Amino acid sequence: MLISYREALNQAMREEMRRDDRVFLIGEEVGYYQGAFKVSKGFVEEFGTQRVLDTPITEAGFTGLAIGAAMAGLHPIVELMTFNFGILALDQIVNNAAKIRYMSGGQLSVPLVIRGPGSAAHQLGAQHSQSLEAWFCHVPGLKVIAPATPHDAKGLLKSAVRDSNPVIFIEAQLLYSTKGDVAEGEYTIPIGQAEVKRRGDDVTIVAYSKMLLLALEAAEDLAREGIQAEVVDPRTLKPLDVQAIVSSVQKTGRLVIVEEGWRFAGLGAQIAEVVYAQAFDYLDAPIVRVTGVDVPMPYTRPLEDAAIPDRERVRAAVRQVVKGS
Amino acid sequence: MDRDDLLSLYRQMLLIRRFEEKSAEMYALAKIGGFLHLYIGEEAIAVGAIAAIRANDYVITAYRDHGHCLAKGSEPGRVMAELFGKATGLCKGKGGSMHLVDARRNFMGGYAIVGGHLPLATGLAFAVKYQKRDQVVLCFFGEGAVPTGQAHEAFNLAALWKLPVIFICENNRYGMGTPVQRAVALYSNVAETARAYGIEAETVDGMDVLAVRTLMKTVVTKVRSAPHPSFVEALTYRFMGHSMADPSHGHYRSKEEVEEERTRDPLLLLRQTIMNRGLGSEPDFKRLEREVGEIVAAAVKFADESPFPAPTALEEDVYAE
Ligand SMILES: Cc1ncc(C[n+]2csc(CCOP(=O)(O)OP(=O)(O)O)c2C)c(N)n1
Ligand SMILES: [Mg+2]
Repeated sequence: MLISYREALNQAMREEMRRDDRVFLIGEEVGYYQGAFKVSKGFVEEFGTQRVLDTPITEAGFTGLAIGAAMAGLHPIVELMTFNFGILALDQIVNNAAKIRYMSGGQLSVPLVIRGPGSAAHQLGAQHSQSLEAWFCHVPGLKVIAPATPHDAKGLLKSAVRDSNPVIFIEAQLLYSTKGDVAEGEYTIPIGQAEVKRRGDDVTIVAYSKMLLLALEAAEDLAREGIQAEVVDPRTLKPLDVQAIVSSVQKTGRLVIVEEGWRFAGLGAQIAEVVYAQAFDYLDAPIVRVTGVDVPMPYTRPLEDAAIPDRERVRAAVRQVVKGS
Repeated sequence: MDRDDLLSLYRQMLLIRRFEEKSAEMYALAKIGGFLHLYIGEEAIAVGAIAAIRANDYVITAYRDHGHCLAKGSEPGRVMAELFGKATGLCKGKGGSMHLVDARRNFMGGYAIVGGHLPLATGLAFAVKYQKRDQVVLCFFGEGAVPTGQAHEAFNLAALWKLPVIFICENNRYGMGTPVQRAVALYSNVAETARAYGIEAETVDGMDVLAVRTLMKTVVTKVRSAPHPSFVEALTYRFMGHSMADPSHGHYRSKEEVEEERTRDPLLLLRQTIMNRGLGSEPDFKRLEREVGEIVAAAVKFADESPFPAPTALEEDVYAE
């Protein structure tokens, strides 16, 4: 079944809301407007306004409300219009959602999904274009998922809804209309499992979310140059499937990590650290990271393009680790 | 109101008072670490309010939480053990003084980010309404939380969605060293803040446990019968410093002021009422002192003799299975 990423998310939530009436959707414009990116199309009609809640523009308030509802046994899905606005809810996410289980010595849990788009779209300016996954990955108690394909988005969102922990589920505006094959019928994908999206022996490229598509395109280009790249998509960023990445590097001996977020203290630095610790002897060249540039996102298109990894930068990085130039 | 009823309220307040005094002692002996915020002087609010609800109603509060936890019925030994950081503590020693939780009693916790638990309270109330149950949520907080954005977001959502939460502002006139008139725009009538959201609000003498309970009974009955938020401002005073790191008076308030307020000690007021009505006398209070003293001593003994958590506990309880 060929469907869009948007439709995959819609199906996942719809199936989970049909399955379990403790699940409800809450966020700005999720109801009558059908979601700022139309992910919740048809939800008010099917589930009513008791389970599809349009909120005022109060991210801390409604995220905190969802956390409280989760503590009392419900399974909320919070839609953030974008993760940029999730910054206003960081106190709730970091100090409450992530810690309540631990602080209570395991008495309380917070089964909650917080989802919405992260990363840059086109020319939305600095406050609407940023990749903050590293912030969330840093916090014990959270799980973080960033799927790239419709199939993964659907299977992982269903798993996230069924999980007993707070799960940060990061989508991307530029992925919503992309299409892909989705398995027929009911399925879930386990949280914490990477997938090799392309086989190759010469170099491993680790990339997630939008950057996976870029890595796959670059890999095709490189194949024409005689370089076979293996592309690994962690899909879940926390807990990270270290084993899958390490196994691939043990085979290829080379690693390029592609991420859209800022370079300094970015997620790729963490991935590099685990690979150096666990597969140092297998490496034939230093790990190379392709990242966003450490600047607030500029508006103007040429500078914006320069701030985000592109196909050519991925190819150049791969050539560097493979040929040393 | 009969004798047993009043003596029981007195006993609960006395338990909190003696528990807190003992905590201060244990802090001085370094049995308790970190921040320790005592509820001494404010006992009538938690005891009066919680006396007006059912056992399965929710309570959530800020970091000055020992009193609420004890009033909700938690075992003093397990509370003291939590302060000691012991494995037998309510939260296995992982929460500490500011983060007591007793889920079995729907005591949903103490939270240490000022204003941060008010949205949680609206969420508990949302779950109650969503599942068509008839519980109410009591959400306690200091007047220092009133100007926070999170409080206002919570007031707005609770009013908008008619959630069964009762916001109880413990106005002890100070947030650390900052008097309310330097922190809250509507300082002379904090309850007015809630009315701006269409939330019914009342102000009560928070030193008078009977007044608190009477008002709360009315409010709870109303909220339970038709879900909606309510706001109660309880006027009180903290007799001790903000935490153990702060003397009971300092640069920000005078010794005379503290002494003056201590004449309205909630325990003293109830004791006078009981005596004036001829419902109790010296021997009754002596007996309660002895009983409570024994409970607190046993709590300390339990905490002291309990083991610290095993090192393996460190990484447990981060994630649920
Ligand atoms: C958001 C936030 N800012 C600052 C602090 C530090 N702090 C802890 S308690 C406190 C005063 C709070 O006063 P109030 O809400 O009136 O409660 P009280 O201590 O009087 O019970 C402050 C500033 C905090 N815990 N959270
Ligand atoms: Mg105060």
